[in-house]
Amino acid sequence: MMSTLYERLGGEAAVDKAVDIFYRKVLADDSVSDFFDDVDMDRQAAKQKAFLTMVFGGPNNYTGLDMREGHKHLVERGLNDSHVDAIVDHLGSTLKELGAADADIAEVANIANSVRDDVLNR
Amino acid sequence: MSSIIIDKQNYPLAPGATVLDTLLEAGLNVAFGCRAGSCQSCLLRATAGKIPAEAQHGLKDTLKTQGWFLPCRCKPTETLTIDLNAGMPQLHQAKVVGKCLLSRRVMGLWLKCREPFDYRAGQYINLRRDQTTARSYSLAGLPHADDYLELHIARIDGGAVSPWVHDELQVGESIEIEGPMGDCFYVSGTPEQPLLLVGTGTGLAPLYGIVRDALHNGHNGPIHLFHGARTNDYLYYYDELKRLSGRHENLHYHPSLVEAAEPAPVDVEVGAVNELVARQLPELSGWRVYLSGAPDLVNQLRKQCFLAGAASNAIHTDPFI
Repeated sequence: MMSTLYERLGGEAAVDKAVDIFYRKVLADDSVSDFFDDVDMDRQAAKQKAFLTMVFGGPNNYTGLDMREGHKHLVERGLNDSHVDAIVDHLGSTLKELGAADADIAEVANIANSVRDDVLNR
Repeated sequence: MSSIIIDKQNYPLAPGATVLDTLLEAGLNVAFGCRAGSCQSCLLRATAGKIPAEAQHGLKDTLKTQGWFLPCRCKPTETLTIDLNAGMPQLHQAKVVGKCLLSRRVMGLWLKCREPFDYRAGQYINLRRDQTTARSYSLAGLPHADDYLELHIARIDGGAVSPWVHDELQVGESIEIEGPMGDCFYVSGTPEQPLLLVGTGTGLAPLYGIVRDALHNGHNGPIHLFHGARTNDYLYYYDELKRLSGRHENLHYHPSLVEAAEPAPVDVEVGAVNELVARQLPELSGWRVYLSGAPDLVNQLRKQCFLAGAASNAIHTDPFI
């Protein structure tokens, strides 16, 4: 029986497990932690959850425009491809820790990369 | 067919519609974002009616117990009453019933409200000096055990309220307060969970209430309370906390000073409180953490405790901004 990416990864329960793991990796990475450091941690966790739901192929109503508007102020502060690469990397290692299949991890990376231009406002 | 009530007005829910759908359909101005339960932009507070578990999924315990929920995921089976003004605190008349210096620069203030004042240990109020001047202070008392509200007020030189409290406010005087507010309080249900509480200066105030609330609720997991005072001027309630930890085996009291200019009891550590916490408790997964006091330290500790393994929704902060 065909299952969706979101189902294979474990649905909302997987997102809930992934949020703190992913966020810890991001905060411990000096190359990107500054972009997350001055934001209210509770609100940030909610944003992470929404982002992870989206890249896991789950239900969400964010549009490319939302991603663009949401990251504009960071692009002004110097957000670039290297930072997006780091985030995609941390996404992959988080999923690996949770036991996801390589093919599914690749699919998640594809979804994340599909919004790269929106995030970087180009 | 269930419905929601706002300001005594009834809004029936169409079959399959969420609370958010219904509110937007009715033209009410409510915030929203992903509409899928992740971003928490649409958070609202219910004051009556059963909130389906689905609608509180992912919310911090302290929000759940106060009736906050996600309208985008809410399909109630019974009538839900929603307070759109949940953010607005109440004004109360109170009288000063006690005033006592707890250490050289910390004044204890005890107030009694004219009407019954309901709060959770660890929340805070705004103390109004007059129509235009107010400051926030945490409640250090235990709601059901104490008959009064207890505040710990540090003297801030040149401040608009604390010097007035220290030097002018008299026992017997009436004063207006606003509240209660805040999400930093004890949540029952996990009595064996290890608790870490770290307060700097008068940041001890809410934690003093929370610790006693936890013990009063039969909390038997380890409770570690760190009080970091900059100098002896701000190290207060040492005797009280020694006594309390003497009576409760699971309570561990860790007083510390940044600068030990005068002699202090031998069990008072010297150093930065965040470093002391990191050294004593490097592993915090499964812990619930309460942080209160100087904003820089609170933020740094929040990150430190999260990286040490505490879940983000188990870290409660009360920065004194």
